[in-house]
Amino acid sequence: MINIPSTIRISFRALRVNKMRSSLTMLGIIIGVGAVIAMLAVGTGARQKIAEQISSIGSNLLIVLSGASTSGGRRMGSGTQPSLSLGDAEAIKRECPSVQDVAPVLGGIGQVVFGNMNWSTGVTGTTPSMLAVRDWNLSSGRMFTEDDVKGATKVCILGQTVVDNLFGSIDPVGSVIRINKIPFTVVGVLEIKGQSPGGQDQDDTIYVPITTAQKKLFGTAFPGMIRMMMVKARTVEDLLRAEQEIAELLRQRHKIGQKQEDDFTVRNLTQMLQATEQSTKVMTILLGAIASVSLLVGGIGIMNIMLVSVTERTREIGIRMAVGAKTWDIRLQFIIEALTLSMIGGVAGILVGLGVSEALALFAGWSVIVSPFSVILSFGFSGIVGISFGFYPAYKASLLDPIEALRYE
Amino acid sequence: MGLIEAQGISKTYSFGEVEVRALCPTSLTIEAAEFIAIMGPSGSGKSTLMNILGCLDKPTTGTYLLDGVDVGGLGRDERAEIRNKKIGFVFQGFNLLPRTSAIENVELPLLYDGLSAQDRRQRALTALKKVGLEGREDHHPSQLSGGQQQRVAIARALVNNAPLILADEPTGNLDTKTSAEIMDLFVKLNTGSNITVMLVTHEPDIAAYSRRVIRFLDGCIVSDEVKKAS
Repeated sequence: MINIPSTIRISFRALRVNKMRSSLTMLGIIIGVGAVIAMLAVGTGARQKIAEQISSIGSNLLIVLSGASTSGGRRMGSGTQPSLSLGDAEAIKRECPSVQDVAPVLGGIGQVVFGNMNWSTGVTGTTPSMLAVRDWNLSSGRMFTEDDVKGATKVCILGQTVVDNLFGSIDPVGSVIRINKIPFTVVGVLEIKGQSPGGQDQDDTIYVPITTAQKKLFGTAFPGMIRMMMVKARTVEDLLRAEQEIAELLRQRHKIGQKQEDDFTVRNLTQMLQATEQSTKVMTILLGAIASVSLLVGGIGIMNIMLVSVTERTREIGIRMAVGAKTWDIRLQFIIEALTLSMIGGVAGILVGLGVSEALALFAGWSVIVSPFSVILSFGFSGIVGISFGFYPAYKASLLDPIEALRYE
Repeated sequence: MGLIEAQGISKTYSFGEVEVRALCPTSLTIEAAEFIAIMGPSGSGKSTLMNILGCLDKPTTGTYLLDGVDVGGLGRDERAEIRNKKIGFVFQGFNLLPRTSAIENVELPLLYDGLSAQDRRQRALTALKKVGLEGREDHHPSQLSGGQQQRVAIARALVNNAPLILADEPTGNLDTKTSAEIMDLFVKLNTGSNITVMLVTHEPDIAAYSRRVIRFLDGCIVSDEVKKAS
């Protein structure tokens, strides 16, 4: 019968006797486990950040821009040709099955005044669909309604940055502000959204009904014209189909012939970011794989030391065999020694990994996330390393001839 | 029936083409509570015989019954169990585990017998007392004299109440006075506890403690004398 507690004690004693050697061997595992945890934390942190950005611009998002106008042979850039209309937006929502919602946008810069405070910000004319399209909620008040859009009423909702600059700590809902000298009633405040993937402050904004923007704020020679629209596809998989459906519909509505160029552009932001996320994922796996190599090297270190230890303790093995140790008694003793080295190294490595991650977050300002999965993974891996690299030396020890072993000097 | 009944056991080592006969076919019967000395020059086969009788090695031919069990055909682990239960070993170089206290050295065979920690300690203490080492259970081998180390080794051989002690030149590393003390201890164990003691020695002084002397030469027994009770 194999006596596990005693075997564990024997193993511990053997490790204690060679403190220096044991700790150097553990160092290999400590570095390996620490590296795996820190690298995965960096990768996971980067992915998390990108995922946050994707959800901050709104998920499954397409942007349809009006085409580039040409003036005297000079092309003016997309969005300059008044080719998109509110009618287009409504048609897309009505006729494209892959599209869940559409928010038209016509905006500009406005000087905003409240009391003795003033602020310059982007004013966006849109419809109530905007909140759904951008996965945005209100922190107080309400969104303006379809009736507000129909009636071109002078109501607005504010981003948090605007509230901070004009109102300070006062609740702005119900107050009247002036946008380009025209009075607007504040009906709601948007939740804080933070930076866009491009680094813009998304909270520095004001939403007004699109009709109000068209008729009162940014008067245009083309009634019903909008600058762009934001389109939410039903699912990520629908993005490409929605893109095609929109292009087809708009070419039809704008009567664009087979060989003519589009007078609009469809951009797929989500897909772009998802590609980035994908590459970060690959990077994480790569980092983890490289770190695992050091864990493997640590395992080879354990095997090396265990082999030396078996040779050194040949006589001890002989004595144990002479007094009745069986094959598995000897094997278990050395496997447990290797396992102890790797497990203690694993625990220390987890602490080192947590420390390094923390230090990276603190000093380098990286966003790092230590997932419980990476901790369990690397700890489990170090255990497997201990058993598998400890097995060969243990196997070798158990096959020694007791007579030879007892005679060993 | 004797404790040891060996019928025509022999040992041949083969090194590729060359075969070396270490032990001629030998038959031997040893009763319980005998005290036997095995003598002979180096390479005469006495160590080979001890290894086979101690279940450390298998005979090439012949049958070997230990305490009524045919151990000749047993596997590694089965022989380990026989060694654990039936045989105590005492070596010339003591063969204690270094950096390990006396009591833990004595407990070693019990460790492989599945005894509880408490039982192990109790039996190890009793064995240490038998060899006159009470109070030194926590000393490490390096803190003990040669004679004391050999006593620890004898306690280890006793701890499982094995009926047979095989000692390979147990006094080879000790001075005359200590040798005498160790031999007195063997005699005491042999007569007091009816343990069969079988020892290998070069020295006639040591062999004189035994009641039966077997002499080896070139792998064969040349004489086997039982002394008259004195």
